[in-house]
Amino acid sequence: MELYRSHVLICGGTGCESSGATNIEEKFKVELKKHDLEKEVKLVKTGCFGLCEAGPIVIVYPEGSFYTQIKVEDIEKIVEEHLLKGRIVKDLLYQESVEEDMIKSIDEVGFYKKQMRVALRNCGLINPEVIDEYIAMDGYKALGKVLTEMTPEQVIEVVKGSGLRGRGGGGFPTGLKWQFTYASKGDQKYVACNADEGDPGAFMDRSVLEGDPHAVIEAMAIAGYAVGADQGYVYVRAEYPIAVNRLQIAIDEAKEYGLLGKDIFGTGFNFDLEVRLGAGAFVCGEETALLKSIEGQRGMPKPRPPFPAVKGLWDKPTLLNNVETYANIPQIILNGAEWFAGIGTEKSKGTKVFALGGKINNTGLLEIPMGTTLREVIFEIGGGIPNGKKFKSVQTGGPSGGCLKEEHLDTPIDYDNLVALGSMMGSGGMIVMDEDNCMVDIARFFLDFTVDESCGKCTPCREGTKRMLEILDKITEGNGTLDDLDRLESLAETIKSASLCGLGQTAPNPVLSTLQLFRDEYEAHVNDKKCPAGACQSLLQYFITDGCKGCTLCVKVCPVNCISGEVKKLHEIDQVECIKCGACVDKCPFNAIIKK
Amino acid sequence: MKSLAELAKIREETLKKVDIRKERKGTRIVVGMATCGISAGARPILTALLEEVNKRNLGDVEVTQTGCIGICQLEPIIEVYKEGEGKVTYVDMNAEKARRVIAEHIVNGKIVSEFTIGAYEK
Amino acid sequence: MAKNILTKENFDKLYEVMEANKGRKGALMPVLNEAQNIFGAVPLEVQKSISQALKIPVAEIYGVVTFYSQFSLEPKGDYVIGVCLGTACYVKGAQAIIDRISRDINVAIGTTSPDGKFTLEATRCIGACGLAPVLTVNEDVYGKLVEADVPDILKKY
Repeated sequence: MELYRSHVLICGGTGCESSGATNIEEKFKVELKKHDLEKEVKLVKTGCFGLCEAGPIVIVYPEGSFYTQIKVEDIEKIVEEHLLKGRIVKDLLYQESVEEDMIKSIDEVGFYKKQMRVALRNCGLINPEVIDEYIAMDGYKALGKVLTEMTPEQVIEVVKGSGLRGRGGGGFPTGLKWQFTYASKGDQKYVACNADEGDPGAFMDRSVLEGDPHAVIEAMAIAGYAVGADQGYVYVRAEYPIAVNRLQIAIDEAKEYGLLGKDIFGTGFNFDLEVRLGAGAFVCGEETALLKSIEGQRGMPKPRPPFPAVKGLWDKPTLLNNVETYANIPQIILNGAEWFAGIGTEKSKGTKVFALGGKINNTGLLEIPMGTTLREVIFEIGGGIPNGKKFKSVQTGGPSGGCLKEEHLDTPIDYDNLVALGSMMGSGGMIVMDEDNCMVDIARFFLDFTVDESCGKCTPCREGTKRMLEILDKITEGNGTLDDLDRLESLAETIKSASLCGLGQTAPNPVLSTLQLFRDEYEAHVNDKKCPAGACQSLLQYFITDGCKGCTLCVKVCPVNCISGEVKKLHEIDQVECIKCGACVDKCPFNAIIKK
Repeated sequence: MKSLAELAKIREETLKKVDIRKERKGTRIVVGMATCGISAGARPILTALLEEVNKRNLGDVEVTQTGCIGICQLEPIIEVYKEGEGKVTYVDMNAEKARRVIAEHIVNGKIVSEFTIGAYEK
Repeated sequence: MAKNILTKENFDKLYEVMEANKGRKGALMPVLNEAQNIFGAVPLEVQKSISQALKIPVAEIYGVVTFYSQFSLEPKGDYVIGVCLGTACYVKGAQAIIDRISRDINVAIGTTSPDGKFTLEATRCIGACGLAPVLTVNEDVYGKLVEADVPDILKKY
């Protein structure tokens, strides 16, 4: 099936025929030929559109522009403006279609307009449990091309040329990784996929596995061919039952079709794939820990080198990439390295998927070209902050990343820019915070997470993060001193430089970045014993204001009976007894209870 | 799969089904069923759609699941690709609304504007 | 908690799983995942029989079981309440929700009620960030919560 860029539909109904549609078709042919557009634009004569009084009618897709009462002399303009330059000829449009511009599809809303879907291109479009639908979207064509037309060296060159960097967070050039694994000597090599997406607030990889699992399978087979491996493992979080299930169905389908297994496409290439479940350990997102876990051991990292490309699974050379990285591969093979390298910034090519969440109007999954600014993502795609609140910060990179401020919003997103600002790309979680979020509390939240997830192998991470958390607890409870801030900084530096793996090396980042950018909030907690955002419970008190009508509802709901007052008279909260649960605030029909 | 020709054949045949252009044949309704969609209640919607389609004996209508459509807080989302029409995105759905979409949009060709993403945005 | 999980039926299922995984590279993790599903926990007795079948020392198995949060040594309650404390949920007030539940059912976070009915857990991101804050009770998901929703949800169980 030839694919045309545009379709021009000319009404061939009796009504339009009589008002001159045949001449219009002839004129289109002439004009298209003149501009050499015959291969890109298809002319179709269709049946009646049912709007004969507005005939002759011409519709141009994909825009769906509805041109009415077209005369032969208008056609030159339509071809030149619309088909050649992509500008709809507004004054020829059917009037009602201009007025009735009620948006009907998601593609037209702000959330979608700035997006570019490469890794997510099939998500939300095909049924992930039907392999034929993936094939219809050019699925497994890249694998076919690689196996029949390319040498492993050529495949690696394309991946290198595309400039693709690891989407799991580190941003290591993918092509180099492939080359190292290819160059390692070994009778047996493995390909592995990191789908142990552990960053809180991130669900990019899950969405790819749930929406387009075959893209990952195809890419891993391509990688297997390139590096010389015949066995692959996908390590998925057990907390993603739907993703695991769909991936397994997809693998079974691919095996049935002979797209996995022996002698794929009759080329003699063998490749098999197995799913391995994680069991809830964040550190297993680190590559050496992940490989240990697949081997059936405690998922503890080990020093590098040797890198997995040299000594990985069962000490054999192993290529490990993350889900989103793989999902880009088939597109790069089909469209070429130059196409991919043409998207994005100088050092960060292609697109990146982000999971946008927190205090934002449009929460969801989005894919943007690298180099889009944070402001575009948060205010144009994300639709800004709900309830008229003020933007305070955006957190990227999860527990390894940092918080950015208003003044950073015009930074184009790429690996190096985010690192320069004290954060990182990470796997793609992006959490927006408003004025009600306390930055000290957020730093404490992330530290709490890393303390919990530290594997305990090396001391700086195991002990250091714990001490940092204790200091942060002290500060959020109002018992901190200015010395504590210095102590936090010095601990952070030690942990960063002395930890064994990425988890420890990046664990202090949320604290360091908030200390640097929101030091005033730390100081308010320490000096004034106040939480400016009103989030740290210990530093808050609840008060009943004059708005109180004495309805006694708060007295009834209070779990510790600390509210007193007579019916129809102003009530009062006993600050010593109050446990600050906020139940009275929720219950009060007059919004008369405030916290400050 | 022993040849590229086999692959191309499957592609050709299935492309008609997943064609997203207005020139497509028949109607395809997809329900966003990633974790978000399912948590928000997509399963009963899929069931309701299938029931209605079977009950009305709508031969050329296919109802299927798909992955994450992206805009989580508007889940459950269904999208309709209908012959001769652009894609229509219905958001914040439930089983009852889904039944109305079948009756009004699929059978009678009248888009249920109040459920579309455009109406929600306003 | 008098629930007996070490039934012959459960062990038979486990033997089947181990038979299917024999000789597989890195079989321990898949077997433990299944064991956790079958028994609802991986207590020492279960570890011992895995040790015998897979020829892996109990000490090593115990090390693996206690490393991963999905494996538990004791069975959980009939209803496992998991409050998501991922970043998106946290930013939207999940802490207040979990504190409220803990108070209402009188169970500390990470423990099971004495009658074995509820286990309260702070879970890692379940990826339903669009619905934040979110909690799950076994398979049921509740989203876009405010603290006041808690009593009504608990009443259902």
